[in-house]
Amino acid sequence: MEPHYQHLYDILAHSQGYIFPNEIDLQWGILIVVYPFITGLVAGAFILASLERVFKVKILKPTYQIALLTALSFLLVATMPLISHLSQPQRAYEIMITPHSSSAMAIFGFVYLWYLMVVLLLEIWFDYRHSMVVWANEKSGIMKWVYKILTLGVNDISPRTVKWDRKLGYIITVIGIPSAFILHGYVGFIFGSIKANPWWSTPLMPIIFLFSAMVSGISLVLLVYMIISYFRKQVIDLNVLDSIGKYLFFVLILDFTLEGLDQIQRIYEAGESFEILKLLVSSKLYLTLFVSQGLIGTIIPLITLAFLQFYKHRIKVRKTMYFIIGILVLIGVYSMRWNVVIGGQLFSKSFAGFTSFKVGLIGLDGTLMAVFWLILPIGILAFLLWLLPPWKMVKEED
Amino acid sequence: MGNEKVVSSRRKFLKTAVTLAGATIGYSWLKSSQVLLHAAEPKDESLPWYGIVIDIQKCIGCGNCAKACKNENDVPKEPFFFRTWIEQYTVKNDGSVDIVSPNGGIDGFEQRAPAEDIFKSFFVPKMCNHCSKSPCTQVCPVGATYESPEGVVLIDEKYCIGCRYCVQACPYGCRFIHPVKKVANKCTLCYHRLKKGLAPACMEVCPTGARMYGNLRDKNSEIVKFLKEHTTQVLRPHLNTGSKLYYNALSSEVR
Amino acid sequence: MKFYIPPQITRLALAFAIFISLFLVLRHFLVPKTFGVYGHYRAASLIDNAQLEIHYSGQQACFVCHQDIEDKKAQDVHSDIHCETCHGPGEKHVVNSKVEKILKPTGREFCGSCHALNAAKLKSAIFQIDLKKHNIGKNCIECHNPHQPWEMKK
Repeated sequence: MEPHYQHLYDILAHSQGYIFPNEIDLQWGILIVVYPFITGLVAGAFILASLERVFKVKILKPTYQIALLTALSFLLVATMPLISHLSQPQRAYEIMITPHSSSAMAIFGFVYLWYLMVVLLLEIWFDYRHSMVVWANEKSGIMKWVYKILTLGVNDISPRTVKWDRKLGYIITVIGIPSAFILHGYVGFIFGSIKANPWWSTPLMPIIFLFSAMVSGISLVLLVYMIISYFRKQVIDLNVLDSIGKYLFFVLILDFTLEGLDQIQRIYEAGESFEILKLLVSSKLYLTLFVSQGLIGTIIPLITLAFLQFYKHRIKVRKTMYFIIGILVLIGVYSMRWNVVIGGQLFSKSFAGFTSFKVGLIGLDGTLMAVFWLILPIGILAFLLWLLPPWKMVKEED
Repeated sequence: MGNEKVVSSRRKFLKTAVTLAGATIGYSWLKSSQVLLHAAEPKDESLPWYGIVIDIQKCIGCGNCAKACKNENDVPKEPFFFRTWIEQYTVKNDGSVDIVSPNGGIDGFEQRAPAEDIFKSFFVPKMCNHCSKSPCTQVCPVGATYESPEGVVLIDEKYCIGCRYCVQACPYGCRFIHPVKKVANKCTLCYHRLKKGLAPACMEVCPTGARMYGNLRDKNSEIVKFLKEHTTQVLRPHLNTGSKLYYNALSSEVR
Repeated sequence: MKFYIPPQITRLALAFAIFISLFLVLRHFLVPKTFGVYGHYRAASLIDNAQLEIHYSGQQACFVCHQDIEDKKAQDVHSDIHCETCHGPGEKHVVNSKVEKILKPTGREFCGSCHALNAAKLKSAIFQIDLKKHNIGKNCIECHNPHQPWEMKK
């Protein structure tokens, strides 16, 4: 199959200044923007769930299972953008059998496996086991067997065993919090450890990624909770929304501060790469950084949330406001991923020029593929909510 | 009762002392075992340990090296993939620096400004630096790129998954993804020629001898003698890549 | 005293043990045979990289047949230039000289890639000529023997 060079000739014609000849095409495209976005949603949703379980924030109880199932839906899809972007995807298994211990990308394969199997699946299992045993007894036909298999054949629902479900679930959640930090912190480290790229290389990168992940995960759970309640024709508890909004507000402040700190340090020190990065931010990334990530994704939600902290009881439309804020924040975090991944490749390592980026529509690394990977988890979530409905669970006496 | 107090405080002291001693011994053991995560130690002393020298004063920008490299190594002729290339720097009297590399320099260069405007001008050939602390090797998730026992950084084309992490990690822009083979690709110092006692293709055809290669372990080799008699520099020394590509007369404008 | 182990833990321990065993068995069959011999890579790849096809022979191979040119070249300023610098890859020609012909560049621009005047070239590194002024329209080899450039042709 003849590779098509025409788009490369177009990019060459549009490059500015001097770029190294091999830098003409961006190596990591939109799929690598989607991947940290998805893992961020997972980590953020899980941490919100942990607030209820470990820090006993009772008001968030209605969102606990929703947050966990949302995290699982997105986690199941998380590796797919990576695999579909490889130019030899059929060799992807090599990361699991000969992982290079000095490579953050290799270690991530096992961090992911740990988080999926030991943290998330187990926590959901311990929480749902009692209900699944009951459902297995109630249902008939195929569904009976589905639930039986899901319980791994442990049918004991005596109070002693059920108490152990709660104990073990608590332990897993406690382990899960640092695991979630590592899961997404590692993604930040994958970029932050590349000394060759001054836009990426900073010790703050894992922390910046983590805090923006928490912000995106909290917003996602907020939106999912509102949408599910709408479809189930349930009244949305405004106290729940207010509580989520409070946590969103504080984490957003921290996120904004950390990202600002990174930029302020860079501007103040004005190292070797400063001039080209200044050009990058002011020309190539102007819209996605200042408008999309900054104004739409951070400033407007921050001001609105601050306002709501003080005046919430007077504002009847705050349900709609929270919904809009949730969407704006998600747009902002997606833009942040774009600015990091794409921005880091637009300028040349010669520090003397820029290339350009045109997203393809079709193909394994195109926009349609990215959109598919973003929509698939929603389908999985719908399926999981049908299979494991939180509102039909067996009520436990606390 | 007083006796118990003495015994318990003695026990506490012993515990603290043993812990401190154990920690000190443990730490010094850990510290001595490996300083760097992945510095390639030349294990087999009987093999050469390859290094490269490029003499900027001798490069005339003819482009023969880049052309020969593509001929020798099955690299597509389109201007997007280069295992080696040449850059022309033109520093004008007003202080501006102009850098170009049209088709990697394969078709030669034109003077970029009238002679009276030029402060100084020179050519800089670039190629893989075959780093001894290679960042591209460090980040490869599967072990598809590695430092050979002779110090040549190579790629296993049958194992590479095409994740492009190595391309991101190379500070010198040496790597690319081969458009047909769809795996990472870069200068191999013509390893297949070195093993047969032949010079790398780029060095075979350089008309002025601007490119040199050799065994850094051999005190009598041309390259070691050159390093002894000239002031040489590597690119991006602050990144500590252990680059084994030494430039003579490298000017401060070069990245 | 009876030690109570919750049934969940025994069942999960079993499930994980099965999963890990399966993984290790699969891994045993999938890891390439020569992996890890010299480092974290497939040692056989060294052989793959060493056995690639050669296209440039080196000028000693040319001198086997073309001793006359070798002698001529040694006497003049192009003595340090290797044959394939101008003539391109020669291995195919060395292997089958009757069928595979070598490149013989003739144009001004070709000689100009080295000799054209350019401020970036040191005069001490190469002899330069202003191609916009010197014998425009003629090929350099009409007057200069490429193997003995200062032996002017009549």
